[in-house]
Amino acid sequence: MSGATFILNGRSVPFKLGQSILDAARDNGVEIPTLCYLKGLAPSGACRICLVEVTGARSLMAACSTPVAPAMEVFTDTPRVHQARKLNTELLLAAGRHDCILCEANGDCGLQELAYRYGVDGSSFPRSEHIYPTEQENPFIVRDFSRCILCGRCVQACNQIVVNRAISQGYRGKDSKIVTGGDRPYHESDCVFCGQCVEVCPTGALTEKKLRGQGRPWETKRIRTTCPYCGVGCQMWLHVKEDRIVKVTAVEGAAPNDGRLCVKGRFGYDFLYSEDRLKTPLIRENGRFREASWDEALDLVTAKFKEIIDRDGPDAVAGVSCARSINEDSYQMQKLFRAVFKTNNIDHCART
Amino acid sequence: MTNSFADFAKARMIFVIGSNMTEAHPVAASFVKQAVLAGAALFVADPRRTALADMAEMHLPIRVGSDVAFLNGLMNVLITEGLYDREYVQSRCNGFEELKAKVLDYPPERAAEISGVDAETIRTLARRLASVKPAMLMYTLGITEHTSGVNNVLSCANLQMLLGNVGFECGGVNPLRGQNNVQGACDMGALPNVFPGYQRVDNAEVRAKFEKAWGVTSLPDKPGLMIPQMIDGLGNGKVKAFYIFGENLANTEPDIRHVEHCLASAEFIVCNDIFPTETTRFAHVIFPAAAWSENDGTFSNSERRISRVRTASPPPGEAKPNWWIFREIARRMGHKWPSKSAREIWDNEVSVLAPSMAGVKYNRIRGNGLQWPCPNEEHPGTPTLHKHRFTAGMGTLTPVDWTPPAEVPDSDYPLVLSTGRRLYHYHTRTQTGRAAGLNDLLGEETADISPFDAAELGIGHGEMIRVASRRGEVKVRANVSDRIPRGVVWMAFHFREACANWLTNPAFDPVSLTAEYKACAVRIERA
Repeated sequence: MSGATFILNGRSVPFKLGQSILDAARDNGVEIPTLCYLKGLAPSGACRICLVEVTGARSLMAACSTPVAPAMEVFTDTPRVHQARKLNTELLLAAGRHDCILCEANGDCGLQELAYRYGVDGSSFPRSEHIYPTEQENPFIVRDFSRCILCGRCVQACNQIVVNRAISQGYRGKDSKIVTGGDRPYHESDCVFCGQCVEVCPTGALTEKKLRGQGRPWETKRIRTTCPYCGVGCQMWLHVKEDRIVKVTAVEGAAPNDGRLCVKGRFGYDFLYSEDRLKTPLIRENGRFREASWDEALDLVTAKFKEIIDRDGPDAVAGVSCARSINEDSYQMQKLFRAVFKTNNIDHCART
Repeated sequence: MTNSFADFAKARMIFVIGSNMTEAHPVAASFVKQAVLAGAALFVADPRRTALADMAEMHLPIRVGSDVAFLNGLMNVLITEGLYDREYVQSRCNGFEELKAKVLDYPPERAAEISGVDAETIRTLARRLASVKPAMLMYTLGITEHTSGVNNVLSCANLQMLLGNVGFECGGVNPLRGQNNVQGACDMGALPNVFPGYQRVDNAEVRAKFEKAWGVTSLPDKPGLMIPQMIDGLGNGKVKAFYIFGENLANTEPDIRHVEHCLASAEFIVCNDIFPTETTRFAHVIFPAAAWSENDGTFSNSERRISRVRTASPPPGEAKPNWWIFREIARRMGHKWPSKSAREIWDNEVSVLAPSMAGVKYNRIRGNGLQWPCPNEEHPGTPTLHKHRFTAGMGTLTPVDWTPPAEVPDSDYPLVLSTGRRLYHYHTRTQTGRAAGLNDLLGEETADISPFDAAELGIGHGEMIRVASRRGEVKVRANVSDRIPRGVVWMAFHFREACANWLTNPAFDPVSLTAEYKACAVRIERA
């Protein structure tokens, strides 16, 4: 097994038996462009962008679905390869309404990237007419079918990664469309809005409604963090523009979630910016809360705790820590109770 | 969890009990479903036919609160048919004879009578479970939120040890934690009996270590109160001052009326929170806190992985990190704490004081976190617990008896109310209720009832009904669903008006004091 090699752009390199040309090339530092392939899943060969030249083969081969054979000679960067990718990019562009100016995917689009790289705009072929209107009735996901290249990534992600089985390929030929059961809109279907389809979409066919007009990819910085909801602890990128999260995506290949999120993790972040947020310390007086300074509020709490501990003993005070806040907060609170108040009356909601 | 999420998709056999993972832990469920697509056998024990049950080889619709009887029945078959892992049990476990004597009292016929799953199905499941090794067991609050919660957990552990499944990749006993940092809050010693790293407060050596580290004397040696005792303590005057950090107890605890009476009785309540809640109404002082992405820190997930939380934006107004608030109170009481950031707290205090986390430092968890135990800075962390030997030496098989829920249906309250979480909301909606869109997908609570009960009571799908228990009653829309078994009403606690906790029973497991959220008696009628 080990020791198997093939020739990649004139260089003898190792590969694992059964590996596709695309994966083996990636492992050897050569990126072959693709719009449909998702790592770890069966290749669909739908986009025809990953074409490469294999010595002895009559036609160009799809790198995603061609297994490497020992001593196989593969070229990923020849004029013939370029010509084919260029043509296929042209065809994909012509098949849809790929006007980038208003597209949320602008700057984060696999198709745009290829068009730029190969210098094409889809004008060599007549434009297809589009029969399916954009769907945006649900709160989170905009489905713009005119930008869909039918690569099938969303279908694979839904069926094979998150296994929600809400969408599939529908209709035939020029009527082809990604559909839910009965071709209903997302919010009337089995869709659970995990947004994995948006995460893998290589174009602007699936975009996030909340993101609209909020920021371009080049305006945002990415910050890695851990999801604030359930106990899985998914790793996520916060896309932040001017101190505001405008989008959340999963960290690819990270433990524990390996590139996936759920509806709450992906779309449930904007509570942070609610007008209801508490912004100043509050003290209750005559049944009403009034704003107070930190010093006044902290002094009052300290005085009351001291008074009660002096009068009734340390076990007359008790505290509940927060199972949603950071470790360091819980550490600090139990330290306050044990070291300062001198009681072990500290608990949190793990038991309830 | 003894094991890791990375095991889920690779597992060859999975037994899920008391976990509606697709809604409460959707990403974890995705790995289980992937395992099934790859050929793994899945068994789901749950009174409701959950979405995961649709993908299972067998769905075992056990009666609410019958877990121990059901699991003892499985173990009875494993032992009487000689299917358990004799070698594993002999070499790695204590207590087999005692366990055997106990489960012999639970032949499949008796387990069937209690659980409602027929004896032949119990036999078949036991044989299937013994046919693949290792198999993973996962559970969630369906196991723990019972007056028999601790016994339910012990039964899960008994089963997995009997099958020789603990201590291996793709095996083990795996409770999925409901909240992002429940694991961490435990690890940090926000518990009445242990310091950070599960070091007991009644151990003099441990206390001496913390006294030295914290520069104090006479740390208290008696375990403190648990939440239900604190709440009752407010009611009976034993607890005068109550500090509530980021909890909405007025919605989350069983029997809201009682809880609110107790909160109203407090002499002094302080809350740290990010929003006004039903609970902060009872506060005398409210401190505005920095939220999730407004401070640096760490969370610990269900698989004991300590991962970074990072700042994306400053907190609004004058809100401050919680650790700063606690530090300021300490300072005003004459204690100068040296750590001035979450990182300093972790690197200079937590990891120094908790041996199981000694190897975890901020500079080691920039990308993927580390799973404790991680005793030194060269240690790679521990994805699987109890490999080769149990942490305590030998695994203990603990015989336990089935006990019914504290409140069972009768002629006045003929149905069982069971509760939990739904996909589109989180707890009392302080967060998800304010995230645009989630209310559109789920805007109100429903009472999920079976078509049988609906037909019997003349209740139509979507009609308003009254659900009443001995504690209170709510008006709520009926959701008639064939996923609910006859005799069961199922509700969540996300919405205040129809919160299940107006109805739930403040009966607790005698050891853990976990409330029996999963079972109380109710009656329903058209509103």
